[in-house]
Amino acid sequence: MAVVSETIDERTTLWSRMRVWLRKNYGEVPLFAWLVGALVAAIIEMLVGNPFARLIGMPRGPVLFGFLIVLKTPLLIPPAILYNLVIYIFPTLLVARLLGSLSNRIAGWLMDRSVILSTLIHLGLLYATLHIWASFNDYRVLVVKLILLAIMITLSLNVVNGYMGEFSCSHPGFMAMGAYTASILSVVFFVDDSVFGPAILPPVLGQFAFPLILIISGLVASISALLVAVPSFRTRGDYLAIISLAFTFIVKSLIENLEIVGGPRGMRGQPDWATLPVVFVWTMLCVWVINNYVRSTFGKTMNAVRDGEMAANAMTINTRRTKMVTFLFAAFWAGVAGGLLAHVLRYVNPGSFGIQKLAEVLAMVYFGGLNSVVGSIVGAVGFNLLSEALRPLELYKWIIIPIMIILIMIYRPTGLIAFTEFDVKKIIQPRNRDREA
Amino acid sequence: MALLEVKNMTHYFGGLRAVYNYNLTIEQGEIRGLIGPNGAGKTTIFNLITGIYKPTEGIITLDGENIVGLQPYQIAAKGIGRTFQNLQLWRHMSVIDHVKLAQYSKIRYGLVGAFFGTPLRHRQEQEIEDRSLELLELVGIRHLADQIVTNLPYGAQRRVEMARALATDPKILFLDEPTVGMNPEELKDMMEIIRRVHEELGLAIFLIEHRMKVVMDLCQRIQTLVFGEVVAEGTPEEIRNNPIVIEAYLGKEIET
Repeated sequence: MAVVSETIDERTTLWSRMRVWLRKNYGEVPLFAWLVGALVAAIIEMLVGNPFARLIGMPRGPVLFGFLIVLKTPLLIPPAILYNLVIYIFPTLLVARLLGSLSNRIAGWLMDRSVILSTLIHLGLLYATLHIWASFNDYRVLVVKLILLAIMITLSLNVVNGYMGEFSCSHPGFMAMGAYTASILSVVFFVDDSVFGPAILPPVLGQFAFPLILIISGLVASISALLVAVPSFRTRGDYLAIISLAFTFIVKSLIENLEIVGGPRGMRGQPDWATLPVVFVWTMLCVWVINNYVRSTFGKTMNAVRDGEMAANAMTINTRRTKMVTFLFAAFWAGVAGGLLAHVLRYVNPGSFGIQKLAEVLAMVYFGGLNSVVGSIVGAVGFNLLSEALRPLELYKWIIIPIMIILIMIYRPTGLIAFTEFDVKKIIQPRNRDREA
Repeated sequence: MALLEVKNMTHYFGGLRAVYNYNLTIEQGEIRGLIGPNGAGKTTIFNLITGIYKPTEGIITLDGENIVGLQPYQIAAKGIGRTFQNLQLWRHMSVIDHVKLAQYSKIRYGLVGAFFGTPLRHRQEQEIEDRSLELLELVGIRHLADQIVTNLPYGAQRRVEMARALATDPKILFLDEPTVGMNPEELKDMMEIIRRVHEELGLAIFLIEHRMKVVMDLCQRIQTLVFGEVVAEGTPEEIRNNPIVIEAYLGKEIET
């Protein structure tokens, strides 16, 4: 490392000098330290965020790193940058640097105990950070929940469109199935409703029945996926795209014409069960299960179907089974995400499961990267943050975001982070192992 | 009883007769060759036996069991492994993944294992991986296990196909022009691998080939196919001297 910094000549830019500095000081900092750093930053913001913001001339602590406020009043750009530096970046960098070697030891110790324990502790830290950061403001809670749901939806569509190389357009339909199933179940059983009558079961049980409701929503979405899968997987080609698109429209107009669930007006009254921890746990479960599936030899048959179905067949792979299982599996998670979405917003209407939703989900998948769990997470988080940050631009947002997607399609046709394996062990391991060895 | 038996197999593509009254018997451990000019229907015969097409007429039995009408993956699982004339590798996948996937029919951990990573799955994945490495060793590309196949030279890609076909645990191996497009060095290696596979695993091999040297060196019996019909069958020596074969395949000698 030292050699690198010596050989640099005067032509180096600020950026590359910063990279060298980062690598020298932070190359061996494990994820553990970064998470603790982020947690400390979140706590600092909770304690002094608002007073500090007022001190530097902002009305209050910015909700989304100052993007929203800056786009409305560009004069506030310097204080917003200052706020981000002082509240988020400096504390995180400082704590990560100070804890570097200690947390390497902790991460190594945890790793030797049990990978599962280590993963859970890292997730715990991540959740604590998110929770504290989000509790600063109700808007943040909603944004975090929606981003977590977007991760589930993107990932489950990536399984079909990326890993299996088919082109499915039915995800909004599956989400609608899940959302309405979950809404009906929770309203019928646990809520006194004007249409569905009084609650059948005591409402206190609802919280505990919620996982079951979500699983049923997922299964309903899976079963409805059979309608698409059976005809379109008899053959290959563009049939799936057409049939699945039709499915989305059929579901939408079906719900619009069902007066009992409110028709086009939608349905409200879902209880407030989709709290941040619930959404977080479901999202992590989804990432874990999907990652397990795509990394198993059983799941990799999807890639074989995509890259050469004839060869796959000749190598004993039952490609039809692979296609059915994968498609139903993806639909299940879309259904679960839909069910959660209905309870996050506490309102569903068929209009939100149309072509715009489809465009959004597809954009997230292709933005993040095909055939990649990390890509989907990056795609969902990036797309949603961008979309929230640019909200003050109103209509222009829908010019800027498509342009960015077009640029990504030109320069990285498979997405930002495509064709990678997501190995939790590599991410949480201590970073100084190679030096010790 | 013969390992593989094909009786009176005929196949039409629409009105075009691709294969007519084709008969074949392959015994355990035999190397059999199939030669013929371009378009004679050699690959079609492969595709018919391996289930990609269903023959219009005829009976195909493997180990005494009728396999006509089964899906290709079922036939493959019953013990017919194959390679393809123009490589059919999965372009985004690593070498070892190719070999692992071909052991699909051995997976017992099911959906539960695939979704939740049970101990059974870890054990089976380990077994599959060990077996894959053995096979890669056998064809001499173990050191390339983690490479993406499209980054490999042509000869190595052929070997991946070979290892992949072997991973299905075949009783009989169908090789569709295994040496096509190879330079003399690669050709020698490939013939060595075919011999090794035959000796070490005791497989029967059914081979389509254009290079006379390869067929004559490797095969015990050879069939010559012209316009979907077998015109000659016999030992390499008989085939080499058969006037019909010489005329149909090597061309007519012009008297000067």
